[in-house]
Amino acid sequence: MIGFHIKKRLNTSLGETQFQFDFEIQKESFTAIYGESGAGKTSLLRMISGLMKPDDGTITYNGKVWFDQKKNIDLHTGQRKVGFVFQDYALFPNMTVLGNLKFALSKSADPVIIDSVIDITDLGELKSKMPDTLSGGQQQRVALARAIVQQPELLLLDEPLSALDTVMQQKLQDYLIKVHKEFKLTTIFVTHDITQIIKMADQVMILESGKVVKAGKPTVIFGQSLSGKFKLSGRVLDIYAEGVINIASILIGKDVIKVVISGTDPLSIGDEVVVASKAFNPIVQKVGE
Amino acid sequence: MIDWQPIILTLQLALVTTVILFFLSIPMAYKLAFTQSSLKPIFEALVSMPLVLPPTIVGFYLLLTFSPNSTIGYWLNNNFGINLAFSFEGLVVGSLIYSLPFMVQPLQAGFSKISVKLIEAAQTMGRTNWEILIRVILPNIKPSIITAVVLSFAHTIGEFGVVLMIGGNIPGETKVASIAIYDEVEAMNYGAANTYSVILFALSFLILVFIYSINKGSFKSINS
Repeated sequence: MIGFHIKKRLNTSLGETQFQFDFEIQKESFTAIYGESGAGKTSLLRMISGLMKPDDGTITYNGKVWFDQKKNIDLHTGQRKVGFVFQDYALFPNMTVLGNLKFALSKSADPVIIDSVIDITDLGELKSKMPDTLSGGQQQRVALARAIVQQPELLLLDEPLSALDTVMQQKLQDYLIKVHKEFKLTTIFVTHDITQIIKMADQVMILESGKVVKAGKPTVIFGQSLSGKFKLSGRVLDIYAEGVINIASILIGKDVIKVVISGTDPLSIGDEVVVASKAFNPIVQKVGE
Repeated sequence: MIDWQPIILTLQLALVTTVILFFLSIPMAYKLAFTQSSLKPIFEALVSMPLVLPPTIVGFYLLLTFSPNSTIGYWLNNNFGINLAFSFEGLVVGSLIYSLPFMVQPLQAGFSKISVKLIEAAQTMGRTNWEILIRVILPNIKPSIITAVVLSFAHTIGEFGVVLMIGGNIPGETKVASIAIYDEVEAMNYGAANTYSVILFALSFLILVFIYSINKGSFKSINS
């Protein structure tokens, strides 16, 4: 279990903000951190990993103190059992894919882990390639594999899928869920994509100007009180009146669907929404191979 | 046939200077690139002073320092038997100072260009700063390293003022090519002066062509 109780004053895109985080995260959970830019999402990951020093407070992991301002404890990032996947991947350009993975292996670790990570992330054919010859999705997979080779107990991902197209995002989400389960990781990932959160996370924390304003199950937080059996999340592209009704175009995945909305819905273009239905008969059909 | 000794001595001086300077400059450039200190501009100015000072000023003060009558010169001579004035070792020390900015500046620029994320990624893997320097930073700033090394080497070849002040004109000890040219001109020996000049000209030209072709290659690989 991670206990995180810190204060930090930071300059963000929204000006100087006083961050104050108090929360606990259960072992082997998959937690999403959601919030606008400047809310402190990335800083939060950096403080957990030891790349940024909080001004005050404590960080504990499974009873072990990683940071305690009063006792002057600040464990070096290499001594905390974290794997960090950076937003721009940060692969070492001078090393092959295999070289990147080997560099991440700690000296006391069994190299067998490299083979099993390569297996799970399907990197076999890319082993001897240099990072700058890989596509964005492949680089992301290498970055994920490299973090796993470190055998972390805590996996931190900073907007890991934001630079990828929708199809690639789906694939990587599957890889992420796979490694999370396979290696019994505690995973924390930063995102501003509700779809990803609903698909992967078992809890979500919403940050606003340096504080956790809401936390809980994603379906509860984003689905509010609906008990719909069929639920999709998307973004409002357009709202227009047609006769006596209003219609919203909503982007769900790659598809745009049109939904009738009531005139009193306080929706505006750009909103993240959940589209749900309680009673209807969806037709499920296998897509032609 | 000309005397090849000044050319060989020049290359020896350039080689020794470049090798020592490389190892001295890596930590200096590293500190300068990553320091947050408010004194940084002062250190940067100090390193760059030899760029703007007339070489004769550098040479003059070095000569005073090296002289057996000065405290440092006396101490070196008394304790280690080293006499830096009018000796090859003195030329090396002079060249180290004179070529310092040519080594430090490209290295510092290279260090500054390295993405902090790469360093942080290596830190989360529990790597020491030394391992990160050797295995991540240096291999990724190869063009800067090559530029720094080659420029320092070339600049040391072209040195004249400092060498003349602290080294004089002792054949086989301090008579480098640029001094030999001056010497031959003084003796109205224009043919020999011309030969030395052509050799130095060709050498410098080749070195610069080498740097520019290396850098062009690195830009290509970044763009692709």
